[in-house]
Amino acid sequence: MTGSRFVYVTYIRTTPEKLWAALIEPEFTRQYWAGTYQVSDWKVGSEWKNMIPDGRVGDSGKVLVFDPPHRLSVTWQNEFMPDMKAEGHSTCTYDLEPAGTAVKLTVTHTMDKPDSKLIGGVSEGWPQLLASLKSLLETGEPIIESTKWPEGL
Amino acid sequence: MQPFGCLLRCMDQVFRALADDSRRALLDSLCAHSGQTLNELCSGLDMSRQAVSKHLAILEDANLVATIKRGREKLHYLNAVPIAEIANRWIRKFERHRVDALVDLKRRLESE
Repeated sequence: MTGSRFVYVTYIRTTPEKLWAALIEPEFTRQYWAGTYQVSDWKVGSEWKNMIPDGRVGDSGKVLVFDPPHRLSVTWQNEFMPDMKAEGHSTCTYDLEPAGTAVKLTVTHTMDKPDSKLIGGVSEGWPQLLASLKSLLETGEPIIESTKWPEGL
Repeated sequence: MQPFGCLLRCMDQVFRALADDSRRALLDSLCAHSGQTLNELCSGLDMSRQAVSKHLAILEDANLVATIKRGREKLHYLNAVPIAEIANRWIRKFERHRVDALVDLKRRLESE
């Protein structure tokens, strides 16, 4: 393996349309994604930014695929950690597939570099974030710790 | 709405899948090197190919292992989302630093 990659899967009892909205709409992401929200017109080739609640840009990139409610793919560069920013762009893809009364969400994050710091960093964040997203959609309540941006970061 | 209905069913499967030393060894191996093929996993462990394959299927059913296909090969990844759900259910933030402190203490005492 020359690159770095992680794959995370969760089954969420919801509809693909609701899950799609939860992945991109600010009122949803603020609740489970550490208070952050995304800014984009979501056209293929357009810019995409993930904003930290205090107004800094957390991550940025371009929209590669926007096919609701099936697949969303963006290039992704960290903007607030210098050593991660220096690694350049990774690719993050969300795949949504109906699975009985649930939706299977697969998040694949890849970087063409071995031992990527960005991939190491986000692979600690994603399980928590996805568990909170599942909780929010299934019970109406996110996990409290994932609603706020970590102090001092 | 049945809050936690699915979470509970899924958790039964997760705990059953984790209740086996060989399967925990497979997860350790995937934690150290993500994206291994069946062959790579077999070479690092003292288990028959058939046993590894059977245990991987159980881990995959419990959603503790995610796979993607690359040509004719299947790459295996540790999927920590169900484990995060378990931690979230029983370890709240206000307890977390105390739990961490105890885990550190245990490690220090046991390494002496």
